[in-house]
Amino acid sequence: MTIMKSLFGATAIVALGAAAATAEPGLIIDLGGKFDKSFNESAYNGAQRWLEESGASYRETELQSEAQREQSMRRMAESGANPVVVLGFANASTLEKVAPDYPDTNFTIVDMVVDQPNVQSVVFKEHEGSFLVGVLAAMASDSGTVSFIGGMDVPLISKFACGYAQGVKAVNPDANVIVNMTGTTPTAWNDPVKGAELTRAQISQGSDVVYAAAGGTGIGVLQAAADEGILSIGVDSNQNYLHPGYVLTSMVKRVDNAVYEAFEAGAAGEFQPGIKVMGLDNNGVGWALDENNEPLITESMKATVEETKTRIIAGEITVHDYTTDGSCPAY
Amino acid sequence: MDTMPRWADIALIPLINLTLALLVSALVIALIGENPAQAMGVMIRGAVGSAYGWGYTLYYATNFIFTGLAVAVAFHARLFNIGGEGQAALGGLGVAIVCLSVPWPHWTLALPAAVLGGALFGAAWAAIPAWLQATRGSHIVITTIMFNFIASALLVYLLVNVLKVPGSMAPETARFPEGARLPSAYDWGAWMGFGRSAPLNVAFFVALACCVAVWVLIWKTRLGYEIRAFGQSEAAAKYAGIRPVRTIMITMLISGGLAGLMAVNAVQGEAERLVIDSVQGAGFVGIAVALMGRSHPLGVLLAALLFGALYQGGAELEFEMPAISREMIVVIQALVILFTGALDNMVRGPVEGLFRRRRKGAT
Amino acid sequence: MTAPTHTEGRPAAAAPSQTAPAIELRGISKAFGAVQANKDISIRVERGTIHGIIGENGAGKSTLMSILYGFYKADSGEILIGGQRTDIPDSQAAIRAGIGMVFQHFKLVENFTVLENVVLGAEDGAFLRPSLVKARRLLVDLAREYELNVDPDAKIENLGVGMQQRVEILKALYRQADILILDEPTGVLTPSEADHLFRILRGLRDEGKTIILITHKLREIMDVTDNVSVMRRGEMTATVRTADTSPSELAELMVGRKVLLRVDKTPARPGPVVLKVENLKVTDDKGVERLRGIDLEVRAGEILGVAGVAGNGQSELLEVLGGISDATGTVTLNGTPLDLSGPRADGRSRRHAGIAHVPEDRHRLGLILDFTAWENTGFGYHDLPDYCRGALMDQTALRNDTRGKMERFDVRPADCWLHAKSFSGGNQQKIVLAREIERNPDLLLVGQPTRGVDIGAIEFIHQRLIELRDAGKAILLVSVELDEIFALSDRIAVMFDGRIMGERLPGQTDETELGMMMAGMDGKAR
Repeated sequence: MTIMKSLFGATAIVALGAAAATAEPGLIIDLGGKFDKSFNESAYNGAQRWLEESGASYRETELQSEAQREQSMRRMAESGANPVVVLGFANASTLEKVAPDYPDTNFTIVDMVVDQPNVQSVVFKEHEGSFLVGVLAAMASDSGTVSFIGGMDVPLISKFACGYAQGVKAVNPDANVIVNMTGTTPTAWNDPVKGAELTRAQISQGSDVVYAAAGGTGIGVLQAAADEGILSIGVDSNQNYLHPGYVLTSMVKRVDNAVYEAFEAGAAGEFQPGIKVMGLDNNGVGWALDENNEPLITESMKATVEETKTRIIAGEITVHDYTTDGSCPAY
Repeated sequence: MDTMPRWADIALIPLINLTLALLVSALVIALIGENPAQAMGVMIRGAVGSAYGWGYTLYYATNFIFTGLAVAVAFHARLFNIGGEGQAALGGLGVAIVCLSVPWPHWTLALPAAVLGGALFGAAWAAIPAWLQATRGSHIVITTIMFNFIASALLVYLLVNVLKVPGSMAPETARFPEGARLPSAYDWGAWMGFGRSAPLNVAFFVALACCVAVWVLIWKTRLGYEIRAFGQSEAAAKYAGIRPVRTIMITMLISGGLAGLMAVNAVQGEAERLVIDSVQGAGFVGIAVALMGRSHPLGVLLAALLFGALYQGGAELEFEMPAISREMIVVIQALVILFTGALDNMVRGPVEGLFRRRRKGAT
Repeated sequence: MTAPTHTEGRPAAAAPSQTAPAIELRGISKAFGAVQANKDISIRVERGTIHGIIGENGAGKSTLMSILYGFYKADSGEILIGGQRTDIPDSQAAIRAGIGMVFQHFKLVENFTVLENVVLGAEDGAFLRPSLVKARRLLVDLAREYELNVDPDAKIENLGVGMQQRVEILKALYRQADILILDEPTGVLTPSEADHLFRILRGLRDEGKTIILITHKLREIMDVTDNVSVMRRGEMTATVRTADTSPSELAELMVGRKVLLRVDKTPARPGPVVLKVENLKVTDDKGVERLRGIDLEVRAGEILGVAGVAGNGQSELLEVLGGISDATGTVTLNGTPLDLSGPRADGRSRRHAGIAHVPEDRHRLGLILDFTAWENTGFGYHDLPDYCRGALMDQTALRNDTRGKMERFDVRPADCWLHAKSFSGGNQQKIVLAREIERNPDLLLVGQPTRGVDIGAIEFIHQRLIELRDAGKAILLVSVELDEIFALSDRIAVMFDGRIMGERLPGQTDETELGMMMAGMDGKAR
């Protein structure tokens, strides 16, 4: 035991102390991989942008399984990274446990609130962004039936679905909104085959615009929609470029901004614990318009959606948030 | 009869196997343009070079000891229990139920109860394939592997629909109450340098105790004698009055119970709540551990330590050298399993020949 | 060259000199670790003869033949086939050199037909049909020539062992073997089947084939061989013309001393009935009735010998009495009925009731080959109080007991840590016997006590059984060796087709009468 003790004592300090001096920010990419063209990729892009602009470096690691969360988080904190950004609601309970062990490390969690003195929680008003793309969907639809495909069946995704349905009904109160979820476990974030299957099922029910809020699963949704010749709506990142002419728009959720700002604040020593809400007003969410979807968006659509946006920011339109009461007035 | 000294069989051959595996791994790393020496260094330092590394290495090893012993016990009765994964998952359910249903005042009370809960649930999950094997002749390899899938589906259902905390989005149980949390290495081993992060917990000592218990069971007790005799020859066991159904059932219950105990470490000790896929493939690693450890508890312990180090070293490698992807690390681990398990005879033949020649030279 | 048939010469040994022996081995040596299995063996096997090789178990006969057939490589020495030096690295080379082997345990595919088995491994091309047609033609020819009648389309699993052996011979002949090696070929045959085999062998010899017959049965050597070589402890002690020798001389050459072929024993003094069996019936899992109503009794202080050709229900009888398989009927031991099915119809309950069992097949049932001698000594008795301390086994007691047993039964080497598989057949049997006899059972079941056991050990085992009888115990002896039945039994029951054909007293019958009863004919009717 004495041999072990000295071994431990000596090396532990060397190994951990070396990394602490640099204090780079750290990013833990969630399940699905950093090139999921959606949520994770958005965060990755934010980190890359910070990298280019600041010229500094950051640490990054990728989760492979649910049970790895704790080790990755601890490893990141142990390595001296500060702040550590974790992505997704699934990290909440782990962070709740880990954060108190590293009082000197700042954590940022996206999509969930963790009430700890060294944690900043970034939440988005996805229902508002979804409302806008719902408006566009209703205007683009010929059949009067549009649809939604969620990833994992959790309140957060219902928040997307509910905002979307409200937007659709605001334009066309008689419209039919089909809502499907891919699954009940985290694997639902990365199942493009099932996504495509669900899309085809919705098309057979008459849907001609499908909105995917499903991480990597959405790739399959967009692909199936393009294959079948209907319109789709991307999520999180700007996914318009994936199938030009078929992706109506994307509900961008500026996870990249959240990551960028967290890194920036960390570097400047201005880390703010507490809840940070990102909505239409501070460009946290929005709809994407670029050369890929320009032909699909008419002037009247653009005008309507911009007007709606203004009215939401002004408080003239209140979009119901599903997570507040677990119910949705639109379906 | 034996052409090799025992030490060569136990130590030399696995060592040569391991070296070969690492050499091939180095080649693979070199092929993707990374420095193999650096990668190996990161792996070794990451696994055993710091208290942080040891904390994880021993934590993983604890998991593998339980599942490895489970497979080893069944091996002695010539039963191939591939169901460690499912049995450990169910063990997690048992541990979670025990920890959440009673407001435990202290971990010393919660631990025995959780041990019992995990073992009971794991054993129960093994009991059904065992019964089918013993009475209907359904092959246990097929049934246990199917039960892995059933276990996984069952746990998803329970976590999503029954055990999930109302209002939470993640499919996991509530965190276990304070009194049910096991002391981690930081609590009892801080003087050795373990930090707060160490997932290593008292379940490690439960695993060591299980090694001793399995050794006594297999080599010292009547039951173990019957299990080994049954494994060697079912016909002879019948001649000796060893009842096949009883032996299969008891062996598989012990095996399933040991697999279920893994949850004491992973669920109660580390995560402190039940999450989806809490087993993380340890049930399958247990097969490799038992094979490499020649189904002997000491061998299982050593093999589990090796695999624990490989896991932790791999995680570290992934963290330190992002160019070496997760898949690459799985390749390295697989190479070790391949060389130590499947290709054992490739090394054994030449080494035996070497000893034979040496002995002939001596006489 | 036209399509080859079995009568054509082999390319490998083209134009062999007529004077050269078919096989000549010069100075063959082979060691396994410290054991010298073959020591400087030289032998000439003349063309067109039947050459017997006789020796005790472990004398090195099988090793020598395995070298000849390419399973082992000799450490030194050379092999000459037809006068030419030949390397035989594997069995393919042996076949090319014209050597065919008929193993003790047949290597046939059970669910293939005879024809398919004959062709297997010697197909002429990718397609099976031409080979099958050719083989069928050949089989018909051979059947005519050598009385090798076998239905080409029968499945192996439906054939008796005698027939299966013929298929093995046909396989060798199909591969154009000139030299045929048979390893203990009569072990599984009825006397008439054995006679038939010998007729076939003589026919083959007269056609110019060379036959090597490995056996430990002196009578077969005397009956059928032209020359005989004797092996002892890895060495070739003599090669003689069979006509110039006698069984007792051969036996002496084999063991190196005179052997008592008869056991000295006093007449039995039978006591009360120990075992009583009435209307015992067994149906196997294929629905075949293996025991069709057995009635017998064994008294204290006597040996009841059950004679019969293997496979006529003796094994089933022993297994039922030993608690291994279930049956219907009535069995009482000292007046107490035994369970014939259910949880108490097992080996453990039988032992508690006072029955000890030396099974016919010690490798399959009697021993765990990978267990040490001491572990095997506890086998079946591992739950007795003297071997246990609570749930633990009292290993010290068990080992001490084993050492004593090994000494009393002259088990060599007397090392209780050796694995059972490391002992020779005779010593393995002694371990089983010591275990079962020293429990002092009321009834001892013994199956084939001296199968695969060398002559020295046979004597020892026989004496032990007589001693047990004289101690007033009942013994039920099952053996396919008539010599053994005669030597030991106080009464003889003959089994045929699941029934007892009749009982005889050894002094009032002879081998011919028993042989006829074993073949299903009533001995009295001759």
